[in-house]
This record gives sequence, structure tokens and C-alpha cells, in this order.
Amino acid sequence: MSVHVQPPEVASQGIVGETAQPPALMHRRRPRPRQWLEIALLAVLAIVMLFPVLWMLETSLKDQRDIYAVPAKLVGWTLTLDHFKAVFESDSPVVQGFKNSVLVAGTSTIIATLLGVPAAWAYSRFKIPAKKDQLFFILSTRFMPPVVVVIPIFLMYRDLDLIDTTLGLILIYAAFNLPFTIWMMKGFVDEVSAEYEEAAMLDGYSRLEAFWRVTLPLLVPGIAATAVFALIFSWNEFVFAVFLASSESARTAPPAIAGLIGGTTIDWGLVAASAMTFALPVLVFAFIVRKHLVAGVTLGAVRR
Amino acid sequence: MADTTITPPSRAGLTAPPAARRFRHLTDGRLAGLFIAPALALLLFLSIFPLLWALYLSFTDYSATRDVPSNWIWFQNYTDLLSSAEVHQRAITTLIFVVSAIALQTLLGFTIAYLISRRTRGRGALTTLFLIPMMLSPVVVGLFWKFMLDAQFGVVNSFLTTLGLGEAEWLTDKRLALLSVIVVDTWQWTPFIMLIALAGLTAVPKYLYEASEIDRASEWLRFRHITLPLVWPLLLIAVLFRAIEAFRLFDLVYILTGGGPGVSTETLSFHVYKTAFLGFDTGRASAYGILMVIVVIVLAQFYLRYLNRLQER
Repeated sequence: MSVHVQPPEVASQGIVGETAQPPALMHRRRPRPRQWLEIALLAVLAIVMLFPVLWMLETSLKDQRDIYAVPAKLVGWTLTLDHFKAVFESDSPVVQGFKNSVLVAGTSTIIATLLGVPAAWAYSRFKIPAKKDQLFFILSTRFMPPVVVVIPIFLMYRDLDLIDTTLGLILIYAAFNLPFTIWMMKGFVDEVSAEYEEAAMLDGYSRLEAFWRVTLPLLVPGIAATAVFALIFSWNEFVFAVFLASSESARTAPPAIAGLIGGTTIDWGLVAASAMTFALPVLVFAFIVRKHLVAGVTLGAVRR
Repeated sequence: MADTTITPPSRAGLTAPPAARRFRHLTDGRLAGLFIAPALALLLFLSIFPLLWALYLSFTDYSATRDVPSNWIWFQNYTDLLSSAEVHQRAITTLIFVVSAIALQTLLGFTIAYLISRRTRGRGALTTLFLIPMMLSPVVVGLFWKFMLDAQFGVVNSFLTTLGLGEAEWLTDKRLALLSVIVVDTWQWTPFIMLIALAGLTAVPKYLYEASEIDRASEWLRFRHITLPLVWPLLLIAVLFRAIEAFRLFDLVYILTGGGPGVSTETLSFHVYKTAFLGFDTGRASAYGILMVIVVIVLAQFYLRYLNRLQER
């Protein structure tokens, strides 16, 4: 493609680019039907991808009878907020789950951030032996299958009396979010020039003070984005939650909601309303950090 | 090699600044250690130590519920597992799941990303909408779909009946259950591939397309020689990442089918869970887990190697 040959019909029209119509323009005008086809295809895909979410939202707002209607009612159902009321009733197992989830996700995120941010800064700024290997090692701990890790953790927690406690979950979530926090934050620290710190040190600050007073304030948006992702990951986590804290007093929302389908009859309206209530904060948070989504979902490994 | 007469500026005037008065004992090395050590300690305590413990248990016939002392049985667990027909079957189920789910996700995700990248308006809003499934908890996704695929009240069967195609027992038919799990996983994770492919596609410099238009390259040629080579490295990262996650899939199976009907949707992860928490064969389950970890480590090596290459460019 590097060979540039002037097409004969263009050559006959005069000097290219001056008198003749540029071929690019003619090219762009033509495929109108194709554009419509692309838009239609995109619309179909969007409907397919979004339908389950809309269906669950509908189910959570439908009257009990309309939920079980055969054939399913897409339109013309009775609106009710009963299912959402049921979710927030004081004796509902889901309410306790939500409280525990807030506690566990919040605390574990704080721990992961407190440990991860300084580590990320140190990895970014200092010459550390086998730095790359250490970083890759840290990331690879995140890839371990949770079901496998949970076996020894279960035995360990049993000896330490951490089974069925929120503290146990907080610790494991902090450990599980730490690799992500370090990787994600290292990217943000790399973007802040080390020269600011060096300038501060020339002014008489020590390295620690330079980090605290100069770099850290610049990192706040990055820390916020990272913490939001850690919060989402802990909030959504299921495997550790279901095996390490199954009693009603300690369990988080995901096992509590999953527990709703255990019986012989399933109240789908309640399930849908609980799931919607559970998912809403995640969607809001994800929307807030949408600029960092690529880095966030690849555990900070890919940055654009 | 001309004779340089410029001498470097005299260093005499630049005396060491009065830095680090209060924290002089904190040299850079110590500070680095102090900042990194707590993080590594937590990881060692809750990631590495448990794995080593599992490694130890994998050589014993320990059971978490029996009180009898366990015996050291060397590689018995491993030889049993590797020659077991049950394990082979779970491995094949997992392989089918991983390959088909990843293939579908890549195809769909890339298609959506390509279509979005060709739009000039509404790109941000479209992307955000498409990303919703990925941000949901597997529990929520599993429950959504369990309801939709329900044989009696499910909306999927309802649609099929309306279209005159007949109903299907999506989650309780042996031939369909695995397909259902694949579809649900694809629904959730297609946005992941899409997001990363889109990042790659929007990073392709415009002048390359303009140059190719001057050269009158066909659409296909342009796609084949400009778009794909530039997006491919990033796409590969996404695919490997998904492969690792799909390989360890547990929660969707747990909620959607519970491994059934029969054992038709039992992945390796699910089988490990059954061995450990229903069979209480802890030693054997640990060996099983260690074998899975080895596979994950191999996959992760590929992933990290490509990642390293991508970062160095």
C-alpha cells in the first residue's frame, strides 16, 4: 500500500487535489444504506443487552399476578411498590445483608486504600530490587480461583474464630482488593511527575513530607476512582461471602439475596426488587468512574 | 569530535539543601520498605500462606470434619485425580465452556465496539448503556437469568411460544443447561471485550485511514491491515483476562444450575467445591485446587508476558 499510483481517470482530470473531486469524499457519501444497517444492528444488540435489566425492573414493579402471567406481560401490567416495601421490612433477611455489605465493603476498601496507596507510590518512585517481578507477583495473587483459596482460608478462619464474622470478610476483601489498588494507583502516581517532589525536597522538605504535602493532594481524584472500584468489587463479591459468612447476622447482601431462591416457592417479585436495590448503587458508582473503566476492569493493567 | 570548550557548571555553588531535618532517619530505602511491607504482609497472610497450606494438605488425606489425624500420602491425591474419569469430564465441560464463551464474547464484543466506533454522535451514552451487565454482581445476573429462563414463567419461553417455536427447559435439560450458562456468561462479559476493543479502536490514528483512503484501499483491506493489527494486542489481553476468569467460573453455575442436571454444568471450580464442602474430602480438594492453580499460573504467565510487551511499546 505504500506504492502510490495515480489512477488514470484522476490523472485525466487535472492535477490531483486541485481540480478533481477527491475520491475520499465521493467514497464517504455513498454507503447510506449501510449506515442505516449498522445503526439498526447496533439498536438490536442494545435491546438484547438491556432487555434482562429492563425485565427485572419491570418484574420488581409488577403486581404478583402479572409476574406469573403466561404468556409474559410486556405492557399493560399493574404497578405496585409492594416488593420494594418488602425488601426494606425490618424482618427481611436482605436488610441485615445490606447493612453488613455496607460495613464490609466500606471498611475493606479503606484498609486496601491505606495499604495500597503508599505501596503504589513506593513502587512508582523508588528503585526496588526485582520491582517488575514483585508487581507481577502481586497481580497474580488476584487470579487465584476463589473456590480454591477459600478451602485453606476456611480452615484458618475456623482456628482463628473468624468464621461468620464481618471482620473475617473485611480482611479477605482487603487482601483481594489490594493487588488492584496497587496496580491502579501506580498508574496514577506515574502520571504525577517526580519533579514536584524533588522541588519540594530542595525547599527543605523530607521525602515523606514531600509525598504527604505535594504528591498526595494531586492523587486524590485517582484515589477516589480506585476506591470506588474496590467498593464495587467487594460489594459484588459472592464466593467468599457465601462460604465464610453464611449465618444471617454476618452475611452480606449477595448470599442473602441468593438465599431467597432456596425455598420451594420463589417470590420473584421480592428477588427482583432486592436485586434492583442491590444493583442500583453499583450502577451509580460505575457511572461516576466511567472515565477510568478500562483501567478499573483490567485491575489497573491496561491504561488508555 | 570537535574540541568542546563548554565546561559543566560549577557544582560548588549547589550545596546540599537543608532537607530532611525531621525525618533524616527515613532514608529512601527504609521509606520504601515501610510503605510496601504492610501491603505485602497482608498478601502473604491471606493469599500466599493459604496456598502453601493447601499445598501441604494436598499431600494428606485430611478431612475437615473427621477428628482422626491425617496421614501423609504423598502424590496419591494427584494420581487419583489425574486418572479419574469424573475429573476428565469436568475438565472437558470447563474447556467447552471457556472456549465457546470466550469465542462468542470476542466476536460480539468486537462487533459492537466496531459499530460504536463508526458512530460519531452518542458514542459515550451508547458505551455506558452497553456496559451495564458487566458491572452487576454475578448473583444479580444469575438471578435475572434464572427467572428469565424459567421453564414455566420465563419470558424467554414466552417469546418462543409467541413466535411459534415451542418451549425449552433451558436450565433443566441436559443438552441445553451448559448452553444457557454460556449465554448468560456471554451476556455479562461481552461488554468487557467491547470496552477494551473500543479503547483500541479509538486509539487508531485517523491519518492512517486517511492515507489508506487516498490509496483507495478497500474497506476490508483497511480493516485487515490497519484496524486489526493495531487493536489485536489489546484485544488479546482482554481475551486472556477473560479466559482466566472463565476458567475459574463458579458463582454463575452455583446460582443458575447448581451443577445440574446431573453433572452437565459442573465446571472444575464447582467440582472442587463439591469435593471440599459436600464431600469433606479436604486433602483431595486441596490437590484439585493446586492443579487448578497451576493452570491459572500458566495462563497468567501468558497474560503478564503480553501485558509487559504492551507496556514497553
